[in-house]
Amino acid sequence: MSSYNNSACYSEARRVAIFGGTHGNEMSGVTLVNLWMKNSAEVQRKRVETKPFITNPKAVEKCTRYVDTDLNRAFTPENLSAPGGDDLPYEVQRAQEINRIFGPKGSPEAYDVIFDLHNTTSNMGCTLILESSKDHFNLQMMNYIKKAIAPASCLVLLNEHPLLKYSTSRSVAKHPVGLEVGPQPQGVLRSNIFEAMRVILKHALDFIELFNEGMEFPPCTVEVFRVSERIDYPRDANGNIIAMVHPNLQDGDWEPLNPGDPMFQTFDGKTIHYQGSGTVYPTFINEAAYYEKQQAFVTTRRETLVASAIRKA
Amino acid sequence: MAAIEEGKVSDGLAGPLDQMECVSFPPVNRFAICGGTHGNETSGVYMVREMQKQKIEKVGSVSITTVLSNPRAVDACKRYTETDLNRCFTDALLSAPITDSTPYELRRAHELNAQLGPKGSEEAVDLLCDLHNTTANMGLCLIFYSLDWITLHIYKYIQSKITSVPVRAIQLDIAPSEAYSLEAVGKHGFAFEVGPQPNGVLRADIFNMVKEGVDLTIEWLQQFNSGSTFEGGEVEAFTFAKSVDYPRDPATSEIAAAIHPQLQDNDFKLLRPGDPIFLSFSGETVKHEGEELYPFFVNECAYYEKKTAFHLARKSTLTFPSIRVKKD
Repeated sequence: MSSYNNSACYSEARRVAIFGGTHGNEMSGVTLVNLWMKNSAEVQRKRVETKPFITNPKAVEKCTRYVDTDLNRAFTPENLSAPGGDDLPYEVQRAQEINRIFGPKGSPEAYDVIFDLHNTTSNMGCTLILESSKDHFNLQMMNYIKKAIAPASCLVLLNEHPLLKYSTSRSVAKHPVGLEVGPQPQGVLRSNIFEAMRVILKHALDFIELFNEGMEFPPCTVEVFRVSERIDYPRDANGNIIAMVHPNLQDGDWEPLNPGDPMFQTFDGKTIHYQGSGTVYPTFINEAAYYEKQQAFVTTRRETLVASAIRKA
Repeated sequence: MAAIEEGKVSDGLAGPLDQMECVSFPPVNRFAICGGTHGNETSGVYMVREMQKQKIEKVGSVSITTVLSNPRAVDACKRYTETDLNRCFTDALLSAPITDSTPYELRRAHELNAQLGPKGSEEAVDLLCDLHNTTANMGLCLIFYSLDWITLHIYKYIQSKITSVPVRAIQLDIAPSEAYSLEAVGKHGFAFEVGPQPNGVLRADIFNMVKEGVDLTIEWLQQFNSGSTFEGGEVEAFTFAKSVDYPRDPATSEIAAAIHPQLQDNDFKLLRPGDPIFLSFSGETVKHEGEELYPFFVNECAYYEKKTAFHLARKSTLTFPSIRVKKD
């Protein structure tokens, strides 16, 4: 990236990957990628090589999130360089393989863009996940997508938190983009969720095509929700959950949660209130996969980011 | 247990329905509540755990046994580990000898049959209620594998008290020897099926519905045992007719379409010929053909592997007599 006349220049996004099945039971991505591996016409664009790819085939076959360990947490520097070959956990082996094909992570040879397709049991609607507030290419893409699907909504979750950030499959690319669409139960394919994800990808690829053709995108602002804190369920001394997400909070992703608002409900009906210092915007509320990660929901703060104008180098 | 056949009462108490007198039954004293028969259906798991934590063993005249049916599946948060526990309770499977190669769930079925049954015997618990969740938008359903006046009255009672969601009865009509699910082990039995809830997720609204259903059942049992007469009447029930699978790719067997948005979440809404049922990935609509029927278990996660996109049912009206407890 270089700067000229206040425009940030990025190299042409020639190599794009679409990952499905990073979690084997998140069915929209599995189904879309399988479809496009058979016939990729829908995802091809001029000047772009688009590769649909199933990242965790064993988990997809078993219709389970992962086999040994969460693939979407596995792309740490330690894992990517770990010796041991076949003795390594399956997903660590997969991470190394994916890093070989689409990376190496951090190098000039890495893929330009990776879209990683996910579903959530949370009522998050269409969400784009951003890993860096300084990625103007991604910010412009997300702005383009939001405008293209309006009045339908697509929100941007920014996870740049030094402690809560994690090493995703898509982080192998120069511009990692997470697509998270819900609510959908694990193992279930809902038509509306599937079609929504398909439409977002269409606009994302259109953006890349326009960018590669030389279109300049003027500066813009993008509203994002920045990850702040992870909140766990109340548990007893043995680690068992002793309260549920409160009915008032359940399905309230992206709605303001104020100090004093109901947050959890015990099994005999008592309310536990949110005790934070200010209003937050909760998301990933009651995601099935996060019970084992000690997370009932995540709090975010609203922020407006400014994206520079961008054009291809 | 009385069976219904074309409006005739065939339990030896004789008399056509319009002359039905109040039928008496022995007290229903031993009540078993089972959760975690499928390890990722959380309402039942937490209901049983809470009742065990609170040491709920007796409520008035009702002694209560709570059981976590499939502990290994619960720990793994999976439906089952080797085979579906809730298909293991046929007479044939329960009498098959246990060998080294017997799957875990079949061993558990034998254990549960010993603890709460044996199925078909005098020693079996009086009433067995099995707690389930579904990813389908079914509200609160009571599932009966055979009909008897006790369970129909419990259904009528619960339906009259719960107004926040629809409460429905589903009849599967399977002969006792072929009945494959856990509640067949009790002298009387039914399952609560509550949704929609994703596997592995614990929703407060769904849990509270299950709790209310269980509490109302216990309430009814106490009233019944203490001598109340429960007025007979009529209820609507949905009787299983057939299953419909997803359209599949003939070469790979993979599904080629999703439940159509107009059918999704519309369990129990009458399906007429010409109504859309599937939307293929290439945009074609598949329509319902044949008899007008009621869909249920629409897009249940666990049924993809059982080759079922949804079940279809007929609506029937069931007439039943007043009942009260037999006094010594």
